[in-house]
Amino acid sequence: MTGHTHPTSLGADGPMVRFSKVTKRYGPLTVLDSLDLDVGANEMVSIIGPSGSGKTTVLRMLMTLEEIDEGVIYVDGQPLTHMERGGTLVKANAAHLRRQRTNIGMVFQHFNLFPHMTALQNCMEAPVQVLGLGKDEAEARSVELLDMVGLADKKDQHPSRLSGGQQQRVAIARALAMRPKVMLLDEVTSALDPEVIGEVLNVIRRLNSEHSLTMLMVTHQMGFAKEISDRVCFFYAGRIAEQGPPEQIFGNAQNERTKQFLSAVLSAG
Amino acid sequence: MFDWRWDFVIEIMPRLLWATLNTLMAAGIGYGIALVLGLVFALAQRTPYRALTLIVRELVELIRSTPLVLQIFFVFFVGPQFGIRLSPWTSGMIAIGLHYAAYLSEVYRGGLEAVPKGQWEACRALNLSARRTYFGIIIPQALPASLPGMGNYLVGIFKDTPMLSVIGVAELMHTANALGSETYRFLEPYTLVGVIFLMISLPTAAGLRSFEAWVRQSLGMTK
Repeated sequence: MTGHTHPTSLGADGPMVRFSKVTKRYGPLTVLDSLDLDVGANEMVSIIGPSGSGKTTVLRMLMTLEEIDEGVIYVDGQPLTHMERGGTLVKANAAHLRRQRTNIGMVFQHFNLFPHMTALQNCMEAPVQVLGLGKDEAEARSVELLDMVGLADKKDQHPSRLSGGQQQRVAIARALAMRPKVMLLDEVTSALDPEVIGEVLNVIRRLNSEHSLTMLMVTHQMGFAKEISDRVCFFYAGRIAEQGPPEQIFGNAQNERTKQFLSAVLSAG
Repeated sequence: MFDWRWDFVIEIMPRLLWATLNTLMAAGIGYGIALVLGLVFALAQRTPYRALTLIVRELVELIRSTPLVLQIFFVFFVGPQFGIRLSPWTSGMIAIGLHYAAYLSEVYRGGLEAVPKGQWEACRALNLSARRTYFGIIIPQALPASLPGMGNYLVGIFKDTPMLSVIGVAELMHTANALGSETYRFLEPYTLVGVIFLMISLPTAAGLRSFEAWVRQSLGMTK
């Protein structure tokens, strides 16, 4: 945090998510290099870029799956990676992380459903165990969400009985059951067969239009990113090389790296 | 050449069957201790407390690298020099329970490590407590991978109970020895001990295999 003071909280009209001078290193490799990124409430931001550019790391640090080396991440006006002690920010302890983490939900590339639980049990697990909801209330909430993702009839199936697309939709319902303010989607269609990608994208479309959710999505689906995003961020070497509305990034990119990347992925089909 | 006497077999059978109960009890209690203590050893090696991890790891290595019979002698004969006087049964259960706990902790460790990293991350993302993460999510998934090893050691501890005869626990081997020295007939007692062990081990091993399949099924982990 040298040479930069981070406020202990952001104003009420501040962004939902703020990365402030965030650096992440793995050994000698700098994955994120003093990243600044604001995401507004209800904004849908897509993160694109070549592999190794730090896209997924952004989500993993926001989900507190990994610690940052420098900088501060704020969520909903409050510091996430740090906490206020005597007017300054110190590294967050486990209790602070647990409190702040309730604001954030994540859907993973490989679904990560609990294989020994049914779809319904997967969705009920955290509401019951973490929020302390009664079984009935948690079940009602979960069934409603499974219905929204079109899987109410599969609620008693174990993940091994579901297709990849169905598993990913259960994973979305599971994350939503915690009523997060920020939803992180980490290459949620990358592990899916082409014919089931559509059903997952449809669910995300519905989420975006019907729920007030702030979303960060790492994706390789350029068409989808163009269609659904409010803003697209192109990552290169741990920094945002270019960002803007989808029409600009996909129609009139300024940065050479962006142009190269897009022409490579678009020609690959 | 064989001088097998059926009347002698019938005569010693009640004592051997009684001793079989002791053998089963010793194996059962020892295994119970090993199951729980093994889990404690395995989980202790995964805490963030480096010193605890190191101590438990060394203890497990020490136990695995020395003979069981030495450990039994140690608890029973060396304990009193430190003011710890225990009955043969208690000494035997502690020694055999600790011994198999060390082996089982390695089985559990393997099972825990076989659970994909994504499961831990999902628990973190859903904000589950460490306790719930282990007991609700990780351990149930580690169980199927651990069961074959756990089953092997159940049969193993059963077959190792004769070692308790050296400190006078009245299990099968001890009883067969006693019968031999009373009657100078060894053929029937030792043969019967072998037959009894076989008749218990074989069905147990088969039962364990069906139990494994049943656990997998009931955890929904079959296609």
